[in-house]
Amino acid sequence: MELTLAIIITVVGASTPILIAALGELVVERSGVLNLGVEGMMLIGAIAGFVVQFHTGNPYLALLCGAAAGMAASLIFGFLTLSLSANQTATGLALTIFGTGFSALAGSSYSARPVSLMQPLFPSDLSAHPIARVIFGYSFPVYFSFIMVVAIWYFLHKTRAGLILRAVGENDQSAHSIGYSVIGVRYMAVMFGGAMAGIAGACFPLLLTPQWAERMTAGRGWIAVALVVFASWKPFRLLGGAYLFGLVMTMELYAKAGSGPLSAVPSELWAALPYIATVAVLVLISLRRDASTNAPACLGKPFLPAN
Amino acid sequence: MPNRLELTGITKQFPGVLANDHVSFAVKPGEIHALLGENGAGKSTLVKMIYGIMQPDAGEIRWNDEPVMVANPKAARKLGIGMVFQHFSLFEALTVLENIALGMDAKIPSRELESRIRGVMETYGLALDPHRTVATLSVGERQRIEIVRALLLNPQLLIMDEPTSVLTPQEVDQLFTVLRKLAAEGCSILYISHKLHEIKALCDTATILRAGKLVDTCDPRQETSRSMAEKMIGTGLKDIVKAAGRTFGPPKLVVNRLSTGKTGHFDVPVDNVSFTVRAGEILGIAGVAGNGQNALLDALSGELIGDDSEAITIDGLGIGLLNTTERRRQGLCAVPEERNGHAAVGDFTLSDNSVLTARDRLGMVMMGLINSGAAKTYTGRVIADFAVKALGPASTAGSLSGGNLQKYIMGRETLQKPSVLVVSQPTWGVDAGAAAAIHQALVDLSMAGSAIVVISQDLDELRALCDTLAVINMGRLSEARPVKEFNVEEIGLLMGGVHGATEGTDAIPA
Repeated sequence: MELTLAIIITVVGASTPILIAALGELVVERSGVLNLGVEGMMLIGAIAGFVVQFHTGNPYLALLCGAAAGMAASLIFGFLTLSLSANQTATGLALTIFGTGFSALAGSSYSARPVSLMQPLFPSDLSAHPIARVIFGYSFPVYFSFIMVVAIWYFLHKTRAGLILRAVGENDQSAHSIGYSVIGVRYMAVMFGGAMAGIAGACFPLLLTPQWAERMTAGRGWIAVALVVFASWKPFRLLGGAYLFGLVMTMELYAKAGSGPLSAVPSELWAALPYIATVAVLVLISLRRDASTNAPACLGKPFLPAN
Repeated sequence: MPNRLELTGITKQFPGVLANDHVSFAVKPGEIHALLGENGAGKSTLVKMIYGIMQPDAGEIRWNDEPVMVANPKAARKLGIGMVFQHFSLFEALTVLENIALGMDAKIPSRELESRIRGVMETYGLALDPHRTVATLSVGERQRIEIVRALLLNPQLLIMDEPTSVLTPQEVDQLFTVLRKLAAEGCSILYISHKLHEIKALCDTATILRAGKLVDTCDPRQETSRSMAEKMIGTGLKDIVKAAGRTFGPPKLVVNRLSTGKTGHFDVPVDNVSFTVRAGEILGIAGVAGNGQNALLDALSGELIGDDSEAITIDGLGIGLLNTTERRRQGLCAVPEERNGHAAVGDFTLSDNSVLTARDRLGMVMMGLINSGAAKTYTGRVIADFAVKALGPASTAGSLSGGNLQKYIMGRETLQKPSVLVVSQPTWGVDAGAAAAIHQALVDLSMAGSAIVVISQDLDELRALCDTLAVINMGRLSEARPVKEFNVEEIGLLMGGVHGATEGTDAIPA
């Protein structure tokens, strides 16, 4: 029982940053932009969040600054791909490389200096009972991620702004001819995606490991990108996918600890599993035609207005 | 009563082209006003300026006697100008309701919008289910969305850009009923079309543009189709010259129970199609877009390869298992509907595009090396013979206008002298002068003994050009009969899927 609860709590912790980053990328892709720089924006958010937490000790300010830093990074991407129509794939990859290098440079003087973890949102007497802890024992980003799943679903399917965003991703020329600002909508989406990636990055020092380490996001940004495809661009499927990946990553930790039945499988295999699963999922989805038709029709194509 | 819309001295300059040169005309309330002209005459540019997509360099637009600046389409809609585009600006993955909501500038709760949509549909007899996804709708139904969307704004001027090019004759009649009702209620209509008999039937006034200049404003009911066409192109119009009493040779292309598999989600496959084309014969295949024409063309050209060699034969030789290149060697050339990206590579030069389809038949490749001299000479001949407006063989295909690219593609294929030529929409979007030239080239090719299949949605074209006619509906082909035996009514019924006594899916090749 104790172990099961501990596993649940670890899974939630591991899944939350992936879910937040993937939700941002989902909105970006629904607007027709493919930003492969999620990993880079997460790292920039992580170092920004860490530095603010280190100096102020205010985790909410740290999350906010993580979001701002991620948004700033996404603006570089937005300017290059939207204003200058640069290739989105290449620019996204460059952003990841830039984010990796920049965060390593900015964080070089902070190595091995611990910060305090973010405290749970609810008072501790509410989560005294082990079962209650599973529900009330988390800090703010966990609840934020759940709220965002519902909020983004509602935004995309129930609001006019969400309809316009989907329209821009579906047929940019038509949206333009009706009179919507394709570039404007995409800038907003890209900035939102950057902010979400920044928050996701800041979750690493605030929720998981309370110190700075180079490349501490360890490829989770890539998993977030793959998850969006896995979830066929639907927020609730994204929730399921993120927790599935979170579960597999937690298995790795318990396998490494060398106790219980999990250790029968080498931990390296557990570690590789999320990435193998990502590849397998992408292959499966490519084989299923009707699922891939759910992709925004203009995904990854630069918008150049006719005439 | 003041004019609804009045243009004075509208001028628009593009790099290298004067698209509109001091164009002035007026549209009265409740008037159905035709805008006529060849491709590149400046109709689209003019309409885009009225709808606010572009701004004129000089000149004045007056709306209900007030000078206005139409800054963008939103401003145009606010004034009361609605537009139905030739290429629909619809979102395939969204529903009818969502599509219409996107076109509305005011925020309207979706329940209220739905009831207003149903109201407009009832008033004008436009049937549509608001909750269907656009991708599942026919072209005619898609056009209805655009019309409903425009009508919801209670426009005082409705601009229609080539609205009938994709409709069956019955759908055209329905559309005209709607437009006449609108005009009777005082809404002005600016109607752009190539189809002169439609303009004669529908419009009160016609403004004719040529090379950006206004050449005439006339009453189409006082004109003949021919006189208007001649004003459009500026010279006399040539008729199709067909030798009288032509006889056909032996069967050349025989298609026997040809079927294709379903390839895409919204694709209509060909179902058990049989027909025969004799040497010297032109067979027309009529039908509303999206009834299997693309699958039929792909199956004949070799883009879709079947499993029966004998399903398609040329001079008795089974080619059903051959690919496009091998079929070309056997003498079968094909022109698909989509010009840029399918029939030609936009980023390649015309010369390179010639190599792509003519290399084997005209020996443009020697031991794997391209003989660029031969390609250039041949391309030059195509440009000269078909009066293609291009700088030369080195211009890229994408730099040509749609009509000119079509002339080039038709020239490239016919000058290879194929023994069988399959063409889809040979004159879609091509002006009257160029269309006449393309038609004549097809007739000349048939007189030289080739068998020709023309797939088209333009009934006038098929009736003028073809010897025999068949109708395709939901992938099934009616029996082919001499074109003189059909009347428009009957073709229209077949296009709509009413087969009646002429049920033809199991027709035995004649």
